[in-house]
Amino acid sequence: MTLSEKEEQVSDSKTTTRARHQEMGLSDDDVLGMYRAMLLARAVDERMWLMQRAGKIAFIISGQGHEGAQVASAWPMRKGHDWMAPYYRSIASAMTFGMTAEDIITAHLAKGDDVSSGGRQMPGHYGGARYNLVSLSSPVGTQVLHAVGIAMGAWVRGDDVVTMTQFGEGTANQGEIHEAMNFAGVHKLPVIFVCENNGYAISVPLDRQVAGGSVSARGAGYGMPGIDVDGGDVLACYAAAREAHERARRGEGPTLIEAHVVRLTSHSSDDDQRRYRDPGEVEALKERDPIPRFANELRDTGVLTDEIEERLRAEVKAEVNEASQRAEARRDPDPNDAHERVYAEPIPGGGTAVPLAPLPGEGH
Amino acid sequence: MAQLNILEAIRSAMDEEMERDERVMVLGEDVGRKGGVFGATEGLWAKYGDKRVLDTPLTEGLIAGAAMGAAVYGLRPVAEMQFADFVYPAFNQIVSEISRIHYRSNGAFRVPLVIRMPYGGGVHGALYHSQSNESYFTSTVGLKVVAPGTPADAKGLLKAAIRDEDPVMFFEHKKTYRLFKAEVPDGDTVVPIGKAQVAREGEHLSIFCYGFMRTCALEAAETLAREDGVEAEVVDLRTLRPLDTETILASVAKTGKALVVHEANRFGGFGAEIAATIAEEAFEQLDGPVTRLAGPEVPAVPYHHALEEWFMIGPARIVAAARELAAY
Repeated sequence: MTLSEKEEQVSDSKTTTRARHQEMGLSDDDVLGMYRAMLLARAVDERMWLMQRAGKIAFIISGQGHEGAQVASAWPMRKGHDWMAPYYRSIASAMTFGMTAEDIITAHLAKGDDVSSGGRQMPGHYGGARYNLVSLSSPVGTQVLHAVGIAMGAWVRGDDVVTMTQFGEGTANQGEIHEAMNFAGVHKLPVIFVCENNGYAISVPLDRQVAGGSVSARGAGYGMPGIDVDGGDVLACYAAAREAHERARRGEGPTLIEAHVVRLTSHSSDDDQRRYRDPGEVEALKERDPIPRFANELRDTGVLTDEIEERLRAEVKAEVNEASQRAEARRDPDPNDAHERVYAEPIPGGGTAVPLAPLPGEGH
Repeated sequence: MAQLNILEAIRSAMDEEMERDERVMVLGEDVGRKGGVFGATEGLWAKYGDKRVLDTPLTEGLIAGAAMGAAVYGLRPVAEMQFADFVYPAFNQIVSEISRIHYRSNGAFRVPLVIRMPYGGGVHGALYHSQSNESYFTSTVGLKVVAPGTPADAKGLLKAAIRDEDPVMFFEHKKTYRLFKAEVPDGDTVVPIGKAQVAREGEHLSIFCYGFMRTCALEAAETLAREDGVEAEVVDLRTLRPLDTETILASVAKTGKALVVHEANRFGGFGAEIAATIAEEAFEQLDGPVTRLAGPEVPAVPYHHALEEWFMIGPARIVAAARELAAY
């Protein structure tokens, strides 16, 4: 191969790579936006670990390593219109759905005006009515039924609304997941199931969790496509999610996406993964970190330059600093208020006058 | 006024609410074309279609969880558990999710939904078609729990439950479904949740009951009046949570004696809550021990008719318990 041939090949590969996001209909700004969203989610996550170590936050359950799959899968969803039932690692997709860095840190500090729970829930329990992000509990997998219920509601009413839910491969074994997927398949409901497979359910590896080794393969049994995707390949995740979104909108029903991701941290701040993972394995995870990988791809296409990278990182740092300061300054919850909002406010007129519950698009 | 049985009253409530409010939908096993195994949803499928009257797979967890999702989305689902005995796969959704999302979201989400459940024995349903499991739900904060005993209450309370902003567990005693007909007010009559009803006035002792036990207690009261000259006041609680303690305490203040009757077993049962409330709030007015008459301490209703008869509480046992208390 001559030097000029080699140069031509490199240039070809650049053209091909560049065309990849463009062929998907994504602009340079779109992919930079996705990259920035990943950087921001990571920066917030890392900041909260520091706050945890400093004793300001009691507990952290991290999304590090999942950001590519999360930002990309949530990207085609229409903000303020479509719905999401997240899970405890859904920091990046919750932010893609609308939660701000300040919302997330405020929730982790359990402040009284935290949008997720007003300081009532542990960290990692994402939710926000204003973002169509369903409040999450702790028993794993329950949210998947809620997503199906929202999709059922949209289907009953004939609304053009798509619901996404996320969960881990360990949760994929819960009976409720079977109930949810079967029902969604029966009625072709507009819902997207995203399984983020990081290989571990706390300490138990995939081969002790998932018979046959594949969650996506189960899609066939529920009459829906089961898409296996490299969760570190942001554009591949985006393409899978966008196709699933379009499929749902066409009335063709649900899609199961299994995104293979890495869990870069221990399960939570109360866990130490060195007890059940080899040091070499943990070290090797870093090579599969989706952030540098996406950065390299964007650099190869010429979309990302040193200058842009520096600017984005400076913006993100400033945003996280400001968000932390503002979150820390917020008020703590008042124990005198802990009795409130157990039941909904009584309706004037003793229950005969029914105020219309707002539907999507009518505001909350 | 129409003469309806409880089943017809329940059906009529759902029909009227579905007609009045397009957000109301029904889901459950066999609720569609068949109209439910007891016939509670008969005719609704033909009238409202197979989306608003939705047959689900055999998936109680889904019935509850999807109802919650739909309620979050803005609908008002009425979910049917085919039997209260089969609700346990849905327990996680009801207790972890439905009862708590309003609190855990600091009021941002609410789930206006109803879970209807046929409960109770006396129909040869044995261990798994006879349970009275209301106390699992009455002890769960965030739920409302209703157990009507008459057609008018069944209709009016179900309408109230469907319109309520909170999740309501709606217990329908299956033995009462076709037991008798009674007058049900025409038109849009709603019976408020949280209000007990003095079903029969009396001065000598109070009988607190709900569901099928109302019928049994009223019959017992007539026997007591006829044979003993004891006038029992029968208080039908109708709603178990929130509990109408005002009506309970007013009755105890009047009679000084309280007999609490339910079909569910006694230990840790709902009657304990009523007894404790009376002991705490009306100690000075009491003229005898607060007495509980409840189902026996066996896991559930056994099948053979002799065994079932042994299990069930009927008017005769209420009379016996009331006589003992009246004589105290």
